[in-house]
Amino acid sequence: MSVVAAAAVDVSQAAAGSRPVPMWRALNAALRDAMSADASVFVMGEDLTRWGTGGGIYGVTKGLLEQFGAARVRDTPISEEAIVAAAVGAAARGVRPVVEIMYSDFMLLAMDAIVNQAAKARYMFGGQFQIPLVIRTNGGSGIGKAAQHSQSLETLFAHIPGLEVVVPGTPADAYGLMLSAIASPNPTIFLEHKALYNERGVVASEPIPLGRASVVRGGKDVTVIATQLMRKRVLEAAEILAAEQIEIEVVDPRTLYPLDMETIAASVTRTGRVLIAHEAPLLYGFGAELAAQLASRLWRSLKAPPQRLGGARTPIPYAEDLEKRVIPDVAAVVSAVRGLVKS
Amino acid sequence: MNLREHGRMALRMMLLIREFEQRLKGFADEKLIRGSTHPSVGMEAVAVGVSMALGPNDCIASNHRGHAHCLARGADPGRTLAEIFGRADGYCKGKGGSMHIGVQELGILGTNGIVGAGIGLATGAALAASVSNRNEVAVAYFGDGGSNQGVLAESMNLAAIWKLPVIFVCENNHYAQSSAIERMFAQPQISQRGPAYGVPSVDVDGMDVAAVYDAAEAAVTRARSQGGPTLIVADTYRFLGHMADDTQMYRALVEVDEWRGKCPIDRLANTLTAAGLLSDQERNEMSAEAKREVDDAEHMARQSPVPSAQWAFTDVDTWQAAEGVVA
Ligand SMILES: Cc1ncc(C[n+]2csc(CCOP(=O)(O)OP(=O)(O)O)c2C)c(N)n1
Ligand SMILES: [Mg+2]
Repeated sequence: MSVVAAAAVDVSQAAAGSRPVPMWRALNAALRDAMSADASVFVMGEDLTRWGTGGGIYGVTKGLLEQFGAARVRDTPISEEAIVAAAVGAAARGVRPVVEIMYSDFMLLAMDAIVNQAAKARYMFGGQFQIPLVIRTNGGSGIGKAAQHSQSLETLFAHIPGLEVVVPGTPADAYGLMLSAIASPNPTIFLEHKALYNERGVVASEPIPLGRASVVRGGKDVTVIATQLMRKRVLEAAEILAAEQIEIEVVDPRTLYPLDMETIAASVTRTGRVLIAHEAPLLYGFGAELAAQLASRLWRSLKAPPQRLGGARTPIPYAEDLEKRVIPDVAAVVSAVRGLVKS
Repeated sequence: MNLREHGRMALRMMLLIREFEQRLKGFADEKLIRGSTHPSVGMEAVAVGVSMALGPNDCIASNHRGHAHCLARGADPGRTLAEIFGRADGYCKGKGGSMHIGVQELGILGTNGIVGAGIGLATGAALAASVSNRNEVAVAYFGDGGSNQGVLAESMNLAAIWKLPVIFVCENNHYAQSSAIERMFAQPQISQRGPAYGVPSVDVDGMDVAAVYDAAEAAVTRARSQGGPTLIVADTYRFLGHMADDTQMYRALVEVDEWRGKCPIDRLANTLTAAGLLSDQERNEMSAEAKREVDDAEHMARQSPVPSAQWAFTDVDTWQAAEGVVA
C-alpha cells in the first residue's frame, strides 16, 4: 500500500503549513488525505455526516461525505457490536475501514469483535489474514461527561496481543499517526482525547511511524513519561519545576504498542530518575508496565525507584470538584517530581 | 384511562416535566450543568402514561433521556435537579449526573449513558421478580435508536422463553441524535420485531397519554398474570434538540412545528375541557403550580452544596478507599 507516500503529497491542501490547526481538524485532514490516496479507505460510525455542522460528535469527519460520497462515508445505526464486527470482516476482505466509535466507553460493546476477532485473526489463521482496521474513538476525562463517557481504557487494549494502540497528544502527532494507522496492516485502536480536540498546533505533511516516542522537552534531572492530557499537565509542571532549577525531560511514547523502549530507556539512562504519569487508574496501568521494564533493564543506572502517578481506582465522577480529585493535576506532578529528586 | 379519575394527575405530571425540562438549556448556558443533558419536551405522555400503570414495587430502567422517566416515577424534582447540577443533595451525591440517576427506593435502576443498556437491566429486574416469586413488573425505556442494539433482540427472546414480567417501552421519536428512522431502518415499524420473538407488541400514539396508559395497563396485567413480556412502541417526538448544543440541521423546522401541533399536554387538557372536567382557570392554576414546584426544585438545587471532596473516593466497592493520585 502506498497510502503514506501518496498522502504526504496531498496534505499541503488540507492542514500542513505554518498555521496552527485544532486537533480535530488535523484528524479530519488525515482522513481526507488517506481517503484521497487510497480508494479502499472508508469511514463509518454513528452521526458522522449530519451532526453539528456535519462531521461527527467532535467534527472529525466534517466534509467527508461531500468529498467522497455516501458509499465511503457511512452513518450507522447504534449497533457497536455489528459495526466493529462488520469492519473486521471487511478488513479481512481487502478494504480499509476507519470506524468511529463515539466514545471509547462504547468500545466495550464491541469487545468480541476487537479482542476475539480482529486481534487474533492473523495469528490463529497462521498469518493468512491481515486486518487493516482503524477504530477511532475518544477517551479521557475533564469535561464533565461522567462515568460512562470519560474512561481511559488504553491499557485494556494494549494488553491484547495483536492490537496497536495509538494515543496522540498534539495535532501534528494526530495527523501523522493517523496516516500510519490507516496504512498499517494491523488492527489499530486510535484513542483521541476528548479534552484536546481544540488544542492547536502546526501540522507537518508527513506520516509519523508507529512505535516512535517523542522527546517533547529536554532536561537532565528526571524523565517524565506521559501522553495526551497528562502530557499537557506535565509540560505545565515543567515550567514550575524549572523555576526551582529542576529540569525534567518529557517523553511522550505516542503509541503504547508498539512501544519505543529505546527512546524511553535512553532518556532514563541519562536522568537516572523516572516518573510515569497517566490518567487511567494507577493500579494495573501502563505505568506499571513501563516501571517494570525500566527497573529490570536499567537497574544499575537508576538513582531512585521508578515512580508512578495515576488516576484513583474509581469511576469518573460527574461533579467538577470530584472529577478533579480523581485525576492527577499539575500540582500532583510537581510534588511527585520533587519527591523523586530528593530521593 | 378513566379521565375523571386519572386525567388531572396525568396533566399535572406532564406540566411538571415540561417545566422542568424546558429550563435545562438555560442551566446549561449558565454552566450549572456539565457534559450532556437530554430533555424530553414533547415526549411527556410516554413516561407519564407508563408510570401511572405501575405499582410501588415495580421498577424501571431508563436511558440517557431519562429525567421524565424519573419524575413520572415519583422522583423529587429538587433532588433530581440537584443531581443534574452535580450537587450534594442529588440522588447520587452529585457523582452520577443527568445520565446516571439511580434511585433505589423508587425502583429506578438508573438513567443510562449506554444506549440499550437498560433493556438488559430491566430484563434482569424481571428475572429477580420471577426467581423470588414477587409479583413485580419491570419497564425498559429505550429509543428508536436503542432498538438497533442487539441486546433488544436477545432480551426479548430471553423474556419470552422465561415469561418474564418485563415491558419493553420504545419511545420512537423518529431520530437517534442526527439519524432519522428512515435512514436507520429498512423496516421502520419497530413493533414488528416483537412477534418474531413471541413478544406481543402494540403501536400506540405516544402523544396521547390515555392511549399510552391503556397499553401499559394491559402489559402490566399480562406481566402480573405470568403472561410474559410486551413490547410497546410509542410514536412520539422531541420538540427540542438532542441535547443543549444541537444545531438540528438534520431536520426541518416545519416538521418540528407540525409535531408541536400534536402537543400531548394541550391534547389532554383540551380533552378534559371538552369533557367538562377542566376549566380554563383550573388549567392556568395547574401550570402555575408546576412552575412553583420547579421554582422550588431550582432553589433547592442552586442552594445545594458541592459534594464533599472525600466522596470522590467512597462507594467504589466494599474494600479500601480508592488508591491512586499520589501527591
Ligand atoms: C452504546 C452507545 N452508543 C452511542 C451513544 C451515543 N448516543 C447517545 S444518545 C444517542 C441517540 C439515541 O437515540 P434514541 O435511542 O432514539 O433515543 P433519543 O435520544 O431519540 O431519545 C446516541 C447515538 C451512547 N450513549 N451509547
Ligand atoms: Mg430517538
